[in-house]
Amino acid sequence: MKRAALGALLSHWWRHRLQLITLLTGLALATGLWSAVQAINGEAKASYDLATSKMGARQNETLVPKAGFIPLSRYVELRRSGWRLSPVLEGHWPQNTGSLRLIGVDLLSHPTFSNIAKNSTSGSSYSLDALNSQGQLFLNPKTLKQLTVQVDLPPIVQSDQIPIDVVLGDISLVERLLQRPGQITRLIILPEQPLGLHPLEDLAPELQLQSYDAGQISRLTDSFHLNLTAFGLLSFAVGLFIVHGSVGLGIEQRRGLFRTLRAMGVPLHLLTVLLLSELLLIAIVAGSAGLVLGYLIAAALLPDVSATLSGLYGATVEGSLNLRPGWLISGIAMAVVGTLIASTQAITNIYKMPLLAAPGLQARAQAASNQQYGIAVLGLGLIASGTASMLVFDGLIAGFALLAGVMLGTALMLPLLLSWVLTLGLRNARSALGEWIWADMRAQLPGISLALMALLLALATNIGVGTMVSSFRLTFLGWMDQRLSAELYVTAKDEEQAQKFVLWLVGRDVTVLPIRWSEVPFHETKLRIYGVLDDPTYREKWPMLQAQDGAWDRVSNGTAVIINEQLARRRNLWPGDDLNLTSSWKMTVVGVYSDYGNPHEQAIVTLPVLLLHADNVPNLRFGLRLPPSSVQNLIKEVQQEADFEGITLVDQNDLKARSLAVFDRTFVVTGALNLLTLGVAGFAILTSLLTLWNMRLPQLAPIWALGITRRQLAWLELWRSLALAALTAILALPLGLLLAWVLLSIINVEAFGWKLPMYLFPLDWLRLLLLALVAAAIAAAIPARKLALIKPSDLLKVFAHER
Amino acid sequence: MVDWEMTDNTLLQIRNVSKCYAGLGESRAVLRDVSLDLQAGESIALTGESGSGKSTLLHLVGALDYYDSGEIEIDGTSLTNLNDSARSELRRNTVSLVFQQFNLVPSLNVAQNISLHARLANRVDLTWITSLTSRLGLTELGDRYPEQLSGGQQQRVAIGRALAVRPKLLLADEPTGNLDEIASSAVMDLMLKLVRESGAALFLVTHSVQVANQLDRRVHLSAGKIA
Amino acid sequence: MNAKFFLTALFLCLPVTASTQGFAGLGTNAKGFAIPQRGAVLSFPEDHGSHPNFRIEWWYLTANLKGDDGLDYGVQWTLFRSALRPGSEDGWSSPQLWMGHAGLTTPTHQFFAERLARGGIGQAGVTAEPFMAWIDNWEMTGVRPALQHLDLKASGADFAYDLDMSTQGQQLVLHGDNGYSVKSAGGQASYYYSQPHYQITGTLILPNGPVAVTGQGWLDREWSSQPLAEDQSGWDWFSLSFDSGDKLMGFVLRGASADFTSGSWISADGTITALQPGDFQALALKHSDVSRRSIPTEWKITLPTQELSVVIQAVNEQSWMGTSFPYWEGPVTISGSHTGRGYLEMTGYE
Ligand SMILES: Nc1ncnc2c1ncn2[C@@H]1O[C@H](COP(=O)(O)OP(=O)(O)O)[C@@H](O)[C@H]1O
Ligand SMILES: [Mg+2]
Repeated sequence: MKRAALGALLSHWWRHRLQLITLLTGLALATGLWSAVQAINGEAKASYDLATSKMGARQNETLVPKAGFIPLSRYVELRRSGWRLSPVLEGHWPQNTGSLRLIGVDLLSHPTFSNIAKNSTSGSSYSLDALNSQGQLFLNPKTLKQLTVQVDLPPIVQSDQIPIDVVLGDISLVERLLQRPGQITRLIILPEQPLGLHPLEDLAPELQLQSYDAGQISRLTDSFHLNLTAFGLLSFAVGLFIVHGSVGLGIEQRRGLFRTLRAMGVPLHLLTVLLLSELLLIAIVAGSAGLVLGYLIAAALLPDVSATLSGLYGATVEGSLNLRPGWLISGIAMAVVGTLIASTQAITNIYKMPLLAAPGLQARAQAASNQQYGIAVLGLGLIASGTASMLVFDGLIAGFALLAGVMLGTALMLPLLLSWVLTLGLRNARSALGEWIWADMRAQLPGISLALMALLLALATNIGVGTMVSSFRLTFLGWMDQRLSAELYVTAKDEEQAQKFVLWLVGRDVTVLPIRWSEVPFHETKLRIYGVLDDPTYREKWPMLQAQDGAWDRVSNGTAVIINEQLARRRNLWPGDDLNLTSSWKMTVVGVYSDYGNPHEQAIVTLPVLLLHADNVPNLRFGLRLPPSSVQNLIKEVQQEADFEGITLVDQNDLKARSLAVFDRTFVVTGALNLLTLGVAGFAILTSLLTLWNMRLPQLAPIWALGITRRQLAWLELWRSLALAALTAILALPLGLLLAWVLLSIINVEAFGWKLPMYLFPLDWLRLLLLALVAAAIAAAIPARKLALIKPSDLLKVFAHER
Repeated sequence: MVDWEMTDNTLLQIRNVSKCYAGLGESRAVLRDVSLDLQAGESIALTGESGSGKSTLLHLVGALDYYDSGEIEIDGTSLTNLNDSARSELRRNTVSLVFQQFNLVPSLNVAQNISLHARLANRVDLTWITSLTSRLGLTELGDRYPEQLSGGQQQRVAIGRALAVRPKLLLADEPTGNLDEIASSAVMDLMLKLVRESGAALFLVTHSVQVANQLDRRVHLSAGKIA
Repeated sequence: MNAKFFLTALFLCLPVTASTQGFAGLGTNAKGFAIPQRGAVLSFPEDHGSHPNFRIEWWYLTANLKGDDGLDYGVQWTLFRSALRPGSEDGWSSPQLWMGHAGLTTPTHQFFAERLARGGIGQAGVTAEPFMAWIDNWEMTGVRPALQHLDLKASGADFAYDLDMSTQGQQLVLHGDNGYSVKSAGGQASYYYSQPHYQITGTLILPNGPVAVTGQGWLDREWSSQPLAEDQSGWDWFSLSFDSGDKLMGFVLRGASADFTSGSWISADGTITALQPGDFQALALKHSDVSRRSIPTEWKITLPTQELSVVIQAVNEQSWMGTSFPYWEGPVTISGSHTGRGYLEMTGYE
């Protein structure tokens, strides 16, 4: 019985293969996008974990100085008092392009160094060679090419246990390379401690405890991943609309079959079980396809994601994708759960379906209209609770809750809104045909409204995210012009070379702007303080968001500081407030400048003040102001000097182009997901129209009989679909702008620490509207073509089979 | 229940069955105190005006609906207090139905439709099905789908499907109601002949006096009562 | 000769192929390092301090204690020095590495801890005058005159001790030829002297609370650059204090072809007799399962020249030091021709 019944059930899909394919594709697309995002997030998280565990600081707490560095003598004192600690000296090691993290550890006490060494390329011959007078440097093979500084390097040992961009060595070697003898950045507190210790607060009040693991990387990147996840969920939701539509239709179309089977003695519970198995099968097939798709998408996007993460947050994600069992399971589970959610309504209907008495068509229309109101009320509720969440929560969560509530709520209200518009059209229709068109569109609405909701969501997301990215880009471009005002940026190999270079420039009509900074511990993170020399360049061009009168005068006389927006927002410091740069260094904030693309907090003081308060302020980098026409000449001259070998020169345009490339890459992922979501929505429309096709013939046949040609009918069909898509797109515009506003003013501030002005891009909207119309047209074209070519006899059948 | 009414051959017993549909406000009696017997292999025609309750009675016998009082017994099994799976089993194995609206499965072809009930009941008799198909003139149409058939052909498929399982009782509710006159009498003749051959009892709802006369007995329903 | 393993730290680095190079790399050659010379005269207090031109060195204290609870206890405190290169240097670049081991044996439990430190920064070291040996907060502090009176401290995650140790002015015991102690038939040797006459009072901190103890202690000092021959894989070392007042230090270096034995007899009146190779005999009587190894925990010791024939039994058969280079070290009781207490160390049991 089971086989025969299942065969009868499945025969429907065999007869409606296209419908099955759309169902499978929709579900696969939804699962694909979701699992792509999951794969990317999973990979990134795994990378962070690995990086953390590689550094051996996973569980260990560390001691960091409240200011400056920890002197070696303090370390020895703490050891002598019994505390088991391991010292770490960490610094930026300038290379020709960028810098590497150079980390020095005490090989004897570091909790995991021996693991690193064990897995190195030199195999078992790792040894205390690293403690020889010459020493050894350990790094990941992928970091090797970035090691460009031409100093006498000790032997290199490669180990993939070491995070990318990190160079590890014994502290004796590293303090030499960083020229920071006797300094320690932090002390790892080893897991096992002896009895009878005195509290660290008493022994070393100038140090503070820090849990390294909960460090900034994860906090910063969390917001990025939350963004991605939200995107993934959105595309999944869009996908579920498709599934809901196709499954619902598949069940609706088979009501008669279910009755017949029941009349032939198939018990209700068996029928339900069979239907569920059918759905499960579909979910698993589509889910598996979705996983493959997701893997491919993730693999394609991962390089950009890692670029984003390292560009924005300095977090390193290795570029290769691994298959994780958890990911496979969650992908399939998502498909199954999504299918079940999307089909609960249909299944319960079947379960409650009376064996006899099909309810009249009229009643069903009535029910649909009631449902429309119910759904709209639900939507209104969602919007309200989303808005309310702004009052209850704050920050990122509130932003996302608002977004979710408003977007889903509006989508749910769409059918009612559209039906109002159509009713309005109906009232104003002049001709009989016009009347029929409006009425027919309204009748068609329940069948296609899910697809339109999906389209609304996709369009709004596109408008919102597009507006955000474009606004950001515009702001960023302007900001770069201000910020990168020097014509040429120079990095010297070492301080000696730097000095020679500055001397060499004397008399060449070049203004030298030193770029010097120091990092000081600051609220469990680091604050980079730049020291600048007073120059019109800064006064005229620096991208200030807020500044008091005479801000630069006060900075240059050493009494005030200007800070970046990230610092201002995170610590709520604005012009007029006092800022404690270190425990013994307090200054008044006189200005806030924008600093996009940088996750960290930053401050600017005048150079002499910086040198007074901080040591280790390398003097290697400069901005040069000179007439743009002489830039190329100067570069040539420098390259010819033997003394200046190893010096790096980057001209402003280059730097801008590079920065912009990084920026654009950052949003490749967003853009790609955006486009894919729109694709899914377009697909949803296609699905709905195709499946509606068969049900629509009985409605079209009488009109045909009244003397409208098939061609005309086909065109009408196309226009109708276009009109619905256009209406939806128009409704999507305000929703998208709201989304953009939330992204720019709430999400961005939380995730990146900066607020952006919102610009409007009507041309983009037009493009999007066209895209939506094209999608709708393509979707409607297939059924319309079918209609144009249908045999009259098929239309006649409608009359022959009066039911 | 009275003993003498029971005979060895009684297939269907309807005793004092009443049925109301809950209307708006008051409830309306559709069947009132209906009693009827049917012997194995016997055929009964049920006539009556539209709305007199014929279909309702047929649905009760087919265990598709529930009566309010009285009792129906099929093949020794009382339908009172029978749960869904027992009712399903009864429909699968003992009773077949032919409806006015054919109710074929649109996604199965003619051959598959004919054998569907037999396969559900796990009682496929290929020789019987083949001969049935050929007697119904459907041999050539086996690959076609219902939408490609005329009404008469579709109803022949429905009849084949109902008889293929060799039911003890065939319930037919105006099976030719949707067909024109010529097709109607041809299909009816064929059905009666095949029912007789298969040895099934027949409970047929019909408007046609002519058809009713061909059956063993005739019962008239009027406003929910047997006249 | 608690010459152990030294340097775990060293070994961190050396390819550990113990079969050919001896326990913990002690058999590797001594290129660039100073070599012990027969006839050299030890000079105190300078030689109580460290000798950075020699590759390895240790300050090794073992003590047999009795608690006010009536139980036998053993305490070990060791500071090893190992040099990557000869010489000393200030700061992280110092080639000197230090390793501390602390052990506390009860009849039922063995506690131990290990500390590693870099030389040159003050985290560990030894000064001769005033005498002080330390690593982290473990300390062996002398009160003038050097080594006459010592204060000893160590603590681990689950134990600690603080002992007060003093002699009645007894002389140091120079082993071998005035402190030149031969370690193999091939001539490998070390400088080796002891102070075996400490009387101790102090406190042990155990999980169940503090225990007051009294007893006697034995300090060994040894330095060299290549104490083992290449085929020697480990040793069994005994320091025994008899109730008669006599003391015996004897060891067996287990070689691939032949064992090498040596030692010193310290009679109650202070006379020291260096034992000739072969005089000292040790025979394992019983093995115990310790840390998945079979280790002899009962020995028969004979020294015919002193008409000595005794059985040595571990106070706790599980006196296992599960440190970077693991070994067995714990208190023993003596019965037979002589009675008393002592310490046993066994290394190189794989
Ligand atoms: N599901 C139902 N709910 C309410 N009334 C019904 C239902 N089915 C049938 N009826 C009513 O019961 C009466 C008998 O119907 P039916 O048995 O179909 O008559 P017949 O088949 O003789 O034409 C009619 O008045 C009909 O309106
Ligand atoms: Mg009827």
